[in-house]
Amino acid sequence: MATEKTNKINLDQVRHIALLARLELTADEEQRMLGDLEQMLEYVDKLNELDTAAVEPTAQVGDIGAAMRDDVVATCDDPQSILANAPDAREQMFKVPKIIE
Amino acid sequence: MSASSEKYEAVIGLEVHAQLLTRSKIFCGCSTEFGAPPNTHVCPVCCGMPGVLPVFNRRVLELAIRMGLAAHCTIAPRSIFDRKNYFYPDLPKGYQISQYETPLCKGGYIELPGDGDNGGPTRIRLVRIHLEEDAGKNIHAPDCSLVDFNRSGVPLTEIVSEPDIRTPEQAGAYLRELRSMLRYLEVSDGNMEEGSFRCDANVSVRPRGSDSLGVKTEVKNMNSFRHVEHAIAYEIERQIELLEAGERVVQETRLWDPDRGVTRPMRSKEYAHDYRYFPEPDLPPLIVPPDLVEQIRIAMPELPAARRARYTSEMGLTPYEANVLTQEREIADYFEAVLPGLKNRKAAANWVMTEVLRVVNESGRGVAQSVPAPAEVGSLLKMVEDGAISLNAAKTAFAAMCKSGKNAKATVSELGLLQVSDEAAIAAACDEVICAEPAKVAEYRGGRDKLFGFFVGQVMKAMGGKANPKIINEVLRRKLAAS
Repeated sequence: MATEKTNKINLDQVRHIALLARLELTADEEQRMLGDLEQMLEYVDKLNELDTAAVEPTAQVGDIGAAMRDDVVATCDDPQSILANAPDAREQMFKVPKIIE
Repeated sequence: MSASSEKYEAVIGLEVHAQLLTRSKIFCGCSTEFGAPPNTHVCPVCCGMPGVLPVFNRRVLELAIRMGLAAHCTIAPRSIFDRKNYFYPDLPKGYQISQYETPLCKGGYIELPGDGDNGGPTRIRLVRIHLEEDAGKNIHAPDCSLVDFNRSGVPLTEIVSEPDIRTPEQAGAYLRELRSMLRYLEVSDGNMEEGSFRCDANVSVRPRGSDSLGVKTEVKNMNSFRHVEHAIAYEIERQIELLEAGERVVQETRLWDPDRGVTRPMRSKEYAHDYRYFPEPDLPPLIVPPDLVEQIRIAMPELPAARRARYTSEMGLTPYEANVLTQEREIADYFEAVLPGLKNRKAAANWVMTEVLRVVNESGRGVAQSVPAPAEVGSLLKMVEDGAISLNAAKTAFAAMCKSGKNAKATVSELGLLQVSDEAAIAAACDEVICAEPAKVAEYRGGRDKLFGFFVGQVMKAMGGKANPKIINEVLRRKLAAS
């Protein structure tokens, strides 16, 4: 099991990623994540053994180009059902905890 | 400008989000119509439901290329979409589909009108114009926030300038020009109140003459051109005061508070700026069809800058007049439709800038709904040119025509505005006045030149206010001189 001494990733980075992902981790979970992420990065090292200097970054295979649609309004059959998925709603809107700007 | 502000110069870059004039959203068929009841223009795609796939609206591509060509950008034959990742309640997918490393349009510039004093036009370079989807709208209640996704997935272009702007006024001029271009091109309606034209400003200051850049702040929440100018002016002063006091500017996002006239730091923590962009796997690359750019280029309308140049060089209008007349395409088109048959273009320009614009602005409606057809105004001005009516009579007729919708000829004759240019009739009236006022005539001839106006007034009164004043002047001068 990896520990805090690992050189691929440290606890601060784990906490930063958890913050970006809105995850609240216990000290125990942080340690487990550190280990998991360490292993993943080791695997990336393995992939890096392959020389890809001459290969363009590939975002998509095939180059057919995006399919395009005409600018025609097609109304959703039942927009109301979308709101049915909201944990909470008010005045036809999704209700969320107060946002502070 | 205070002494300390002369030591510094501001470096300003603007990011403008303009909503594209499409009927449907960028990746789904939901309507983009403004003002619908909350969450009625929504579907699984723009609400980020699992398993849905975006399909690109081709009109978005055409409109963005139109703006790109107008701004002298390079159009990328192949660009890709990226995911910009952050969590916020108005972003249902947890990412915004945008363009990062490969924008659709690169480089280019916007040419600002010269003010006539500082010489020619100024160029503000662009970094890029890229495509992205809008987020939803948050409405803040006292106890919670409410989210409406009608706007989620509405197509936007983000137009990013180089930090070439130096003053708040220049920032205002840049925004007005951009908005004017977008409206000429029918790419965006540029409506700031409805949020279809939004601006964020990056502002820093540095000692005048320095090449390095100071620490910048990003200013948001400016909902009018005036707000932008005030907010930037405030931010420049604030930063200069900090530096003068030996303190440092903190890199942060600040919100403009129009009620208090200050910028203040956003309270929410911005750990974002760590957007972890990566290529959008749900959308293949955006390939511009080979003929499309040429087709769009051929169909481009004349833009405000070209019109301004034509008005000053061919018609002899001042840069100011050319600028006022060309800001809105509708007004410039109207002005040009007034011109046929008229010799005096300057008079026509003045008429459109004062009479026509006043009525249009007061009515709050479009040109066609508020003022007579341009040919009717042309015919009114022709009557002035020919001496058939006075300028004041033309104003009276114009006001009546705006209300009645009747044509110029009918209105002028109905209101009896035709002026008498018959010299014999005017001479007879002059004789009557001269006979009736022997004392005043003697005074005038004795050197009281000021009395001339009195005689003109009397003759005009005798002729029911309809005589040609130019002819009255000529005849009276002759008759009063002869003793």
